[in-house]
Amino acid sequence: MTDASMGATPAAKGSLTTEDARTKKRNAAEKRFQMYGIAAIGAGLFFLLVLLVSILSSGLGAFQQTFIEVPVYLDPAKLDKNGNRDPAEMAKVSTFGYGPLIEQAIFAQVEANGIATPLDSSKDMKALISASAAAQVRDVVLANPDLVGETVSFRMLAASRVDGYLKGRVQREDVARDKNIDAEHLDLTDAFVDAGIVAKQFNIDFVIGADASESRPEQAGLGVSMLGSLFMMIVVLVLALPIGVAASIYLEEFAPQNRWTDLIEVNISNLAAVPSIVFGILGLAVFIQFAHLPQSAPLVGGLVLTLMTLPTIIISTRASLKAVPPSIRDAALGLGASRTQSVFHHVLPLAMPGILTGTIIGLAQALGETAPLLLIGMVGYIATNYPDGLASGFMDPNSAMPAQIYEWAKRADPAYYERAWGGIIILLLFLMTMNIIAIILRRRFERRW
Amino acid sequence: MPVLWLVLAVLGIALVGYVLGRSLALASAGGEIRNLHSLPSYYGSNVAMKAAVPALLLLVVWLIVQPFVVNGMVSGMIPESEISEGSNLGLVMAEVHRTSEGLSNAVAAGIIDEDTARNPGADPETMTDRLKDAGQVVTSTLTAPILAAAQRYRALHDSGAWIMSGVVLVLALAGLIWGLRESQAEFRARNTVEQGIRALLIAAASIAVLTTIGIVLSLIFNTIEFFRLYPAAEFFFSLNWAPSFSGRGGSSELGIIPLLWGTLYISFVALVVAVPVGLFAAVYLSEYATPKVRAIAKPLLEVLAGIPTIVYGLFALLTIGPILLSVFGDDTVGWMQGQRAVMTAGIAMGIMLIPFVSSLSDDIINAVPQSLRDGSYGLGATKSETIKQVILPAALPGIVGAILLAASRAIGETMIVVLGAGAAARLSLNPFEAMTTVTAKIVSQLTGDSDFASPEALVAFALGMSLFVITLGLNVLALYIVRKYREQYE
Amino acid sequence: MNDMSLLERRVDTKDTKISARKVQVFYGDTHAIKDVDVDIQDKTVTAFIGPSGCGKSTFLRCLNRMNDTIDICRVTGDIMLDGEDIYDRRVDPVQLRAKVGMVFQKPNPFPKSIYDNVAYGPKIHGLAKNKAELDEIVEKALRRGAIWNEVKDRLHAPGTGLSGGQQQRLCIARAIATEPEVLLMDEPCSALDPIATAQVEELIDELRQSYSVVIVTHSMQQAARVSQKTAFFHLGNLVEYDDTSTIFTNPSDPRTESYITGRIG
Repeated sequence: MTDASMGATPAAKGSLTTEDARTKKRNAAEKRFQMYGIAAIGAGLFFLLVLLVSILSSGLGAFQQTFIEVPVYLDPAKLDKNGNRDPAEMAKVSTFGYGPLIEQAIFAQVEANGIATPLDSSKDMKALISASAAAQVRDVVLANPDLVGETVSFRMLAASRVDGYLKGRVQREDVARDKNIDAEHLDLTDAFVDAGIVAKQFNIDFVIGADASESRPEQAGLGVSMLGSLFMMIVVLVLALPIGVAASIYLEEFAPQNRWTDLIEVNISNLAAVPSIVFGILGLAVFIQFAHLPQSAPLVGGLVLTLMTLPTIIISTRASLKAVPPSIRDAALGLGASRTQSVFHHVLPLAMPGILTGTIIGLAQALGETAPLLLIGMVGYIATNYPDGLASGFMDPNSAMPAQIYEWAKRADPAYYERAWGGIIILLLFLMTMNIIAIILRRRFERRW
Repeated sequence: MPVLWLVLAVLGIALVGYVLGRSLALASAGGEIRNLHSLPSYYGSNVAMKAAVPALLLLVVWLIVQPFVVNGMVSGMIPESEISEGSNLGLVMAEVHRTSEGLSNAVAAGIIDEDTARNPGADPETMTDRLKDAGQVVTSTLTAPILAAAQRYRALHDSGAWIMSGVVLVLALAGLIWGLRESQAEFRARNTVEQGIRALLIAAASIAVLTTIGIVLSLIFNTIEFFRLYPAAEFFFSLNWAPSFSGRGGSSELGIIPLLWGTLYISFVALVVAVPVGLFAAVYLSEYATPKVRAIAKPLLEVLAGIPTIVYGLFALLTIGPILLSVFGDDTVGWMQGQRAVMTAGIAMGIMLIPFVSSLSDDIINAVPQSLRDGSYGLGATKSETIKQVILPAALPGIVGAILLAASRAIGETMIVVLGAGAAARLSLNPFEAMTTVTAKIVSQLTGDSDFASPEALVAFALGMSLFVITLGLNVLALYIVRKYREQYE
Repeated sequence: MNDMSLLERRVDTKDTKISARKVQVFYGDTHAIKDVDVDIQDKTVTAFIGPSGCGKSTFLRCLNRMNDTIDICRVTGDIMLDGEDIYDRRVDPVQLRAKVGMVFQKPNPFPKSIYDNVAYGPKIHGLAKNKAELDEIVEKALRRGAIWNEVKDRLHAPGTGLSGGQQQRLCIARAIATEPEVLLMDEPCSALDPIATAQVEELIDELRQSYSVVIVTHSMQQAARVSQKTAFFHLGNLVEYDDTSTIFTNPSDPRTESYITGRIG
């Protein structure tokens, strides 16, 4: 049978089970092509991995900080010369009055632990502690004047260089060129670590604390700018959600086919692609130059981000309105409901999960946006003050999380890089939470018609 | 915050109107809802709407218009002699604003009394000192005309606010009465309210247009202002970017070409990274990958798109830069001098754009009809032959559109270049050299001093205008191509 | 005409080209084809008829392993082409499809020129050594596809610009150009108007000279007009397979009779 059919076909091309040379070549090309695809995906995932690894490896350190824990003798002769424990009078002693006490307290530890070091005066201890320590002690003393004269144990921030040394950022060979700290200090630090006086601990102040000046990276925290971001997000949510939903309802349910509708549609799709920095220029020119709103205020940031987020929210809201089948509208209209009633009573509630998902994703996008905030002055501002209340939260100058990260990345001290990466971890945690909520919402309420 | 109180008062009137309107309508129908044209709440809403909307609209318009009117009236009081060399009316007016604000704050703090603040014969120097004592920002010693202008400004501002409050409240009450008179059983309250809602919806939708108008106007006015101070021809054709730091020296060279070169070079590097990776990833995911691989790899790749640009900026500066430097730096081939370079920013931007290119291409490849694939397989083509010779050519317009969209993204990207590309404007071919971009310069020219009158600051608006025009052009072109492409297969 | 083809049929009876034994096809959990045995003869037009969803297209797509492109599809049993099992693990479906060409329900010209559409197959299979040879192959295929006269002046115009009937003949020409031994046609005329259908049917009759043609069709008239052998499928089973004349005049299975007479389907 086989022979007969072979004879009957003039252009017999050999057996199917053996690959001819050409097919081999073609299959090799096929394999190669497939490898390119795998390589491309591999490259993408590799980049993602490198990104995550560098974020985590460089940023996790920011959540730990080196502290020095020593008992400090609060000398009445220095802190309260009149001896009447009146806080108003004691407030006249500035942080300069407290510095020496702390230095002495640390130096006392050198002697108590019998550490051999060429640093022979308490003044040499200054390089070990953060400049914030004196203020910290002073605040405690002023709050409890009765502590004066006693010896109280304090947990104080170590200087940024000491912290860097324990985290491996500051190497011994770098120290030679560093006027802030000497090799002897590092030896002493090692000895203190052995004695349990200096240790790395979880640093909650990085998460909830305020920003610090350029020279005190050990003290800087993200808390205030987190509040700034929060107030901006409130503005975005309060404005962008209703406006976005209203605009989508109009375009999807009511808009007649006319020039104005076309114009709006074209505008929305183009605005979605306008570079974010242009929105910053808009905010600068309209809200600050023209409307004289305060610079650096979360209200202005929120307004700019609202305009930026609107297209995203409108596009996703329209998609979820479109997904509600026309039969629902017909059913409502058939019962004598007006068009407005059918939309607000039936279509909108059904589309709500989709709208919320889109809104959360829009908010997440706004939360991570930096460029427009640069132009309205949210960078360069040192966010050290917590807002006093709602009005102050919206109107007083503040920073925002991504702007704060950028600010840290710009500062000269490498200790700030660690904080920038740490800030990114916090920012990404927020974004991740928002996206997970969006995904859960979508899964939970997804409806198949 | 008197404005806040005013808004609350109007809303209060509206609320009262709602309750009254509702009960009036019910009463007119003898308490029987069936006898009403609409549900009672619609009558209430009608009154509330008529009380609140016109009043609040007037409030907004007033708040926008009043500063112009007041400014116009006050600026006439500033004699030419007050405008010192190198300054302008805007700066003097800013001083007037500050002084008047300072006066108000000082009065509020109880440091000076209202009469002193208003006293036209007050001695400028004493006033300066007192304001300084009150902790108000006064940059220099006040002069008599400025103090007078400030006092006048303050007076006008205050009386303006009072008039505004009065007019707004009267309008709200008038609306209330109008609405209440309508609250009769036969009145078509629902239709009226729905028309109002419709108007609100249209207004919301129009915000997109307003935003565009706002962008265009703020760019155009400032750009025109810039070209008045600096020749347009030099801006567009000069090969040099060297703003002077002093502020208003005539020595600045503000040519856009080096910035455009940096922008395009970095975008090119980014596309060289993103397009092959994104395209091949999309091809693999849509044509080869099993559903399982697709379900894992696609979301993972899209994570890259959800990461904020500031993260990529930091990644460029602190990870990519040092790695490149160790490979191409002075220790080896010596092509690269610092961490910031075209390559540094370009690679980070490319990584950012991978998911953008891949998800757009994925959509486009999936839009190619299955019948074309079948046709090719039916002829004995392998998958890769089908992809290369049938699918990709068929999808080409769409893919070109996607690449254009990615290019527009790259050109408008700011944070990565601000952190990764450097600050020096340079016309060079070496991709390992630091260059700067349009967006980075917009940031650097507009942050810092808030003096928007100098050409060095205004140039940022001209740069922004160019950026806006370029990205808008690319987007419109790309969307047009993609739409044409989709129509072909629908 | 019917008598004529009956006459020819006897003359043209040939050896078996494809033989299928105990073929089962599953789509996920659905059992789409149940235990089909069939022998398809060379240089013959074989028609598969049956109501919608009976599995005739599915079975056709097994013959050149087009079902491989569907992930959830699973095929068991033996399908032999010239005595070789086409589902053997060593068989490259790409080589198989070069031998067993296919024409689809909807004309699907590539968005390329007419010339490139036809040249695509020969190019990927390396059938032409140079441009002149390729030109020759393309012309021959277009002539045999009975479309040469209509397109010879615009070979470089896009194939998508042709009318539906022309597109389908172009697709047939495209399939012929790779010199297959078997040509599978999946309802090739269902998207065409009656005139274009007549042209394609005429073409099929001519193709019988050189190929084994298997055609799936919805139209019993078409099956009667173009085919010599007919297989009737119902609910995934091959109910009856015989000479077309026998099927249409004297079916042995009552189900076939019901379908032919229009009671099921």
